[in-house]
Amino acid sequence: MADRPGPAIHTAGLAKRYGSQTALAGLTMTVSRGEVFGFLGPNGAGKTTAVKLLLGLARPSSGDGLVLGAPLGDVITRTRIGYLPELFRYQVWMRAREVLGLHARLARLPRPDRPGAIAAALTTVGLAARADDRVQSFSKGMQQRLGLAVALLGRPELVVLDEPTSALDPIGRHDVRQVIRELAATGTTVFLNSHLLTEVEQVCGRVAVIDRGRVIAKGSLAELLGGGAVRVRLTGLAEAELAGVGPFGPPQVADGWVSWRGLAADRVPDLVAALVAAGARVHAVEPVATSLEARFLELLGRP
Amino acid sequence: MSATLTIASLTWRELVRRRLVLALLGLTVVVIALTGWGFARVPGLHENGHRLTTGEVHTVAAELLILVLFMFSFVLALTCAFLAAPAIAGDLESGVALAVLSRPVRRAELFVGRWLGLAVPAIAYTVAAVTVEFWVAGWQTGYVPRQPAAAEAALAAEGLVLLTLALALSTRLATVTAAVVAVVAFGAMWMGGVAGAFGAAFHNAAITTVGTVTHLLLPTDGMWRAATFAAEPPAFASQAGAHAGAGAFQAAAGPTPAYLAYVAGWIVVGLGLGLLGLRYREP
Repeated sequence: MADRPGPAIHTAGLAKRYGSQTALAGLTMTVSRGEVFGFLGPNGAGKTTAVKLLLGLARPSSGDGLVLGAPLGDVITRTRIGYLPELFRYQVWMRAREVLGLHARLARLPRPDRPGAIAAALTTVGLAARADDRVQSFSKGMQQRLGLAVALLGRPELVVLDEPTSALDPIGRHDVRQVIRELAATGTTVFLNSHLLTEVEQVCGRVAVIDRGRVIAKGSLAELLGGGAVRVRLTGLAEAELAGVGPFGPPQVADGWVSWRGLAADRVPDLVAALVAAGARVHAVEPVATSLEARFLELLGRP
Repeated sequence: MSATLTIASLTWRELVRRRLVLALLGLTVVVIALTGWGFARVPGLHENGHRLTTGEVHTVAAELLILVLFMFSFVLALTCAFLAAPAIAGDLESGVALAVLSRPVRRAELFVGRWLGLAVPAIAYTVAAVTVEFWVAGWQTGYVPRQPAAAEAALAAEGLVLLTLALALSTRLATVTAAVVAVVAFGAMWMGGVAGAFGAAFHNAAITTVGTVTHLLLPTDGMWRAATFAAEPPAFASQAGAHAGAGAFQAAAGPTPAYLAYVAGWIVVGLGLGLLGLRYREP
């Protein structure tokens, strides 16, 4: 399969409406090849709709996009994509190995490569010992592991994981994070759709946050978590005078600290110098560590 | 094409794994054995102290055979409806379709694969079961239908029509709804066909039209009539007289080539509508 240049995913104004209901309103984003991209949002935000549009499972109402350089819905490109749906269901009457065999054929893996690819996928998700058991005997967590194996089958270039740990215990979640890191290490692009923020925080390089069908923030985790927010304990300046100190954005005063968000690290000395020049006595300067959860709630306007 | 065959093979394997094939074959063997026992009694029947003549044995055997064929027709229709209804809708409802359609599988391949996976076993079952039944009846009574192969083909076509309807419905309706609509449609068309047959026998144009319309709307009864005609004795029409064909289990004439072409066209259009229904359905 000839590879096409360009990002793994690029969308421009991708929208989906069901009657008067807007499920996705103008999604514009780019996911580079080889990165682990987190797609965050509360339940019903439009995340799964976006995934369905990317995979050609639904048609956009407007907008367009490219996946691995091909237009949305391109059938052949799906040979290079692995997908774990949020609603993971496989033929319960089949054995795990047979489910993977079915998907190996559907994914058009060359026949000689299939046994090796199936064994590798089962081993990766920890199901090698249950390969010949019927799916109906699997717990929900094991079915999700099987779904992950299906998504990883044949080492696709892009792996789309929709809430991949929703049915897993802490060990399973740890294993999935490990799998994602290994995928990233081999240059596989991972599109992680999740509302489990700690999970995203641990594996994703960049994220987009979506709410009510709209992207409300996107960027690297560092940018999203405050972009070098800094807080300063100072005396000698009234609150009203702080706003006039340099082009550092609006200060926020709380608990005896004054903080600035979105300040690059190399501008912190300039801020301190400006404060001193304005007559302030600076007692402490420290970066503000914001958790993704706190930032997420802040973006959604929910304290 | 490869994906189509993969889906067809998946469908067939599911029928085997879920023991449907085993159950159907087991019951069919029992039915054929019981009806064989019944056919074996026919030559020994007496009327007013006299054994039946060969012609009378053949007439009784023909009537019994058509009754048995109707049972096969009914079993085939219900089996096709209840297998085809969940074939697409079940996957859409359960989420299995999400995993399958995210592969390089066109929706047309999924639909045609499902259809093939059900149609081939349905045809094979019909031909095998009816061939054995004809052989058993012939062995025990000496009766040979007018056109055995045509009867098998007509019954298989009846199954394909209902299979196509249920599968097309399953692209837009819930599993249960698709199955119920298909079965009710089958029953209604059968009733309409019976009414039409009486209308034709008694030269009532309005009632005859009911039969014609039902045969066009859903040609299941049209194909049942074709199977009936093919299974009758060659001299049935002359023996039955003016009211030949008046009833559920007899036919005065076989299908015209134009009607057979219409049935083939109906199946093609049904497949097309099913493809259209699935094309715009989101899993």
